[in-house]
Amino acid sequence: MFALINISYLTAAVCFILGIKGMTRPSTAVRGNLIAATGMLIAVVAALLHHAVISYAGIIAGMLLGAAIGIWLARSTETTAMPELVASLNGIGGGASLSVAASTWLNAIAAGETPTAGWSIAILASILIGAVTLTGSIVAVLKLKGRLGDSSRKRLWQFATATSLAAVVVAGVLFIAQGAVSPLILGALVALALLLGVGLVQPIGGADMPVVVALLNAYSGLAGAATGFVLENQGLIITGSLVGASGLILTAVMCKAMNRSLPNVLFGGAFGGQADDG
Amino acid sequence: MEMFVLSFTIFVLALFVGVELINKVPPTLHTPLMSGTNAISGIVVVGAIISAGSGGMDPTLASILGFIAVTLATINIVAGFLVTDRMLNMFKRKDS
Repeated sequence: MFALINISYLTAAVCFILGIKGMTRPSTAVRGNLIAATGMLIAVVAALLHHAVISYAGIIAGMLLGAAIGIWLARSTETTAMPELVASLNGIGGGASLSVAASTWLNAIAAGETPTAGWSIAILASILIGAVTLTGSIVAVLKLKGRLGDSSRKRLWQFATATSLAAVVVAGVLFIAQGAVSPLILGALVALALLLGVGLVQPIGGADMPVVVALLNAYSGLAGAATGFVLENQGLIITGSLVGASGLILTAVMCKAMNRSLPNVLFGGAFGGQADDG
Repeated sequence: MEMFVLSFTIFVLALFVGVELINKVPPTLHTPLMSGTNAISGIVVVGAIISAGSGGMDPTLASILGFIAVTLATINIVAGFLVTDRMLNMFKRKDS
């Protein structure tokens, strides 16, 4: 069974590679999307066969609810609002990584396991990237919709970002060194990382949001890869790093097309410098 | 440790594949490609399924988080692929 499941993950990963390849050319894009969706179906079936899965009630309920909301979102969204939808879905994916990492950690603690340093780092990465993707995407969506204007209080945001970054580092080191006995530190980490996501995106101008969304998309892939390290699941690692890397390249390509440089987009707002609102 | 090295090897190799996949994408395909890869990042549903299903029947914080994760990841996947398909079909009609 173990071999069958892993071969299924490999098949899914190949589908994703072919799918992404197809989506880079207009004539094969629709087929590429279908191939990727097929890969996802294969991966889901393989996951359902995993030996650790003993109760299906929560899974089936979650899938039905998620599918219903997903179909409704995809059908009802206006054509003009699609970029916002993609950004929201990004955040939702980040939220999923965050929940998986927290849930896995709680399960391991409940089972009386002592986490190794490497495993704690993977949990930490998964939580951090997932949470930053979640709140960063929420800010990006609000900016795309024009509900959130560009901040005039750049210094305040710089301060908040720097503070939460420092706090995340301290809490992260504690989390790893301590072997993580207390769920309190985990909760604090999640809260700080959520704040960090807001602080990183808030100072960036609304005009640069498409690039930010592309970057957050890459993050959500990397969050998936980190979750793969948590679960020692190669299927997740391959797919997550695939999306992470292709997302980063896509971000660079988009920057070039918009005649902007990535560091300028990211740090032009957050850390001093002159943000030219291009 | 050996497991980690193996996983890390796969991680680095897959990064290179990801980089190689994206080249010379026409600007009209930027948004659909982003949307499509975003749907693929819903692969985290695999982890969600395992964490939602590995508890017993009585709900714990871990299994509730697992349920939330399955729901979120499924939204990501279903809406992601459907909306990418909608976008791409829009282009097709415009081009022909």
